[in-house]
Amino acid sequence: MEGPRRGSAAIVGVAESDLGQVADGMSVVDLMAQGTKRALDDCGLSLKDVDGLFSATTQNRLSVLALAEYLGINPPFLGSTIVGGSSFEYHVAHAMGAIALGLCKVAVIAYGSTQRSVGRKQASVREVNPYETPFKPFMPSSAYALAASRHMHEFGTTREQLAAVAVAAREWALLNPAAWEKKPLTIEGVLSSRMVSYPFTVRDCCLVTDGGGAIVVTSAERAGSLKKAPAYVLGSGQSVTHASISSMPDLTVTGALAAGKAAYAMAKLGPADVDAVELYDAFTINTILFLEDLGFCKKGEGGAFVTGGRIAPKGSLAVNTNGGGLSYCHPGMYGLFLLIEAVRQLRGECGARQVNDCEVALAHGNGGVLSSQATVILGTEATL
Amino acid sequence: MPDNQDAPLKTYIDHLERGELAYQFSPDMGKAVFYPRVLCPFTGSDRLEWRISKGLGTVHATTVVHPGEGKPFNVSLIDCDEGFRLMSRVEDIAPEQVKIGQRVRFRVHRPGDEEAPYPVFVPVEGV
Repeated sequence: MEGPRRGSAAIVGVAESDLGQVADGMSVVDLMAQGTKRALDDCGLSLKDVDGLFSATTQNRLSVLALAEYLGINPPFLGSTIVGGSSFEYHVAHAMGAIALGLCKVAVIAYGSTQRSVGRKQASVREVNPYETPFKPFMPSSAYALAASRHMHEFGTTREQLAAVAVAAREWALLNPAAWEKKPLTIEGVLSSRMVSYPFTVRDCCLVTDGGGAIVVTSAERAGSLKKAPAYVLGSGQSVTHASISSMPDLTVTGALAAGKAAYAMAKLGPADVDAVELYDAFTINTILFLEDLGFCKKGEGGAFVTGGRIAPKGSLAVNTNGGGLSYCHPGMYGLFLLIEAVRQLRGECGARQVNDCEVALAHGNGGVLSSQATVILGTEATL
Repeated sequence: MPDNQDAPLKTYIDHLERGELAYQFSPDMGKAVFYPRVLCPFTGSDRLEWRISKGLGTVHATTVVHPGEGKPFNVSLIDCDEGFRLMSRVEDIAPEQVKIGQRVRFRVHRPGDEEAPYPVFVPVEGV
């Protein structure tokens, strides 16, 4: 089976909607529309160019219909794959395929959430799993905590090493004017915060913010004539290993292993070629697991790898350069923001947090409870 | 109307009502299947046998949940000796004293009021 050709599509426009705590009464579709307008302005396209529309949110059951209606467009190609926070990495792969088949030419991928404003309970339908719910795990935190407990048991990973992930994310966030968190954080500050689900304190857990945004994907041919330098899609890969944490085959190995492998193979690149690494850090253990599974260090060595400022600003590997879900924003399905930051790093738009000579950026989305994993590798024109 | 199949969950809970921890077994794969379903996830076949666990297992992963209100409590993943894993909790000891590798034994928990019984575990003494 031959998939879309390496570099045959590109992300040409990116934008966040309002973030943090949005104005009273803003809906998720308001935020999607705001992101769409800004992302189209970013690349110089307009709504009349859009013939592919993708969206995902937990707060609107048929969101892509609501968004098409709101925008006043009737795009022939729609996508609403919803697999949690990695949905948008899936959408990029699906948009690339649709563009390659001629099913659409310009695709908008949009997201919105008002979970901070309306409360987490209002933002997501409570689902009952008769084999898990009776035990009252605090989801999703407890699922990731169970995975962390296993990593600590097998590899000697420590709470201090987990905390180092949160501290590095905070240092990056302090360089990002759009980040929610504005104050420095220390290892001790992480460890002494309110315990949520051992080994996680609230500082090991992602933020609960509002937010949204959009990205624009088009063919490489069209991308070349637009306003800004395209971020070419060099590779993509996906893997689903389970839905509920009790069915995860191995709590210390995620589907990022298979997703990354497929993405690297398509891109004809490896971890050593990646300049900026954007990983879905819903919890501190995520960054460690994904650094291992995506080949930046060996399995079991992620805890040691993240210490000593290695993934912080001025460290040897630039990881979660916007401050991540831990310190920049986390409206519930964070995957779109990984792509936005990766594109901005490739364009050199990141100011104080800009990674030098950034030619290849990797965005890795995670959905459910380490369930759906999707990698997108992007590159500048020089990497084609 | 044709005879519709019982829900796998109903069979599972019926066993718990009798104080039994039931699981399914795939004869084609020679492996345990959990949670109960209408087909085998290894083969796609609907040939699955119900079996009763001896109720002994090992803690595979564990966390202590700190709720906004109320006391911290344990949530664990338990590997039963027959080769299946389930979520549960370990009772009779402090939640933070539950350790990975610890041997545990099943007991049925009956919450009462309309709520279905569910399996919990307690430490195996002297093992």
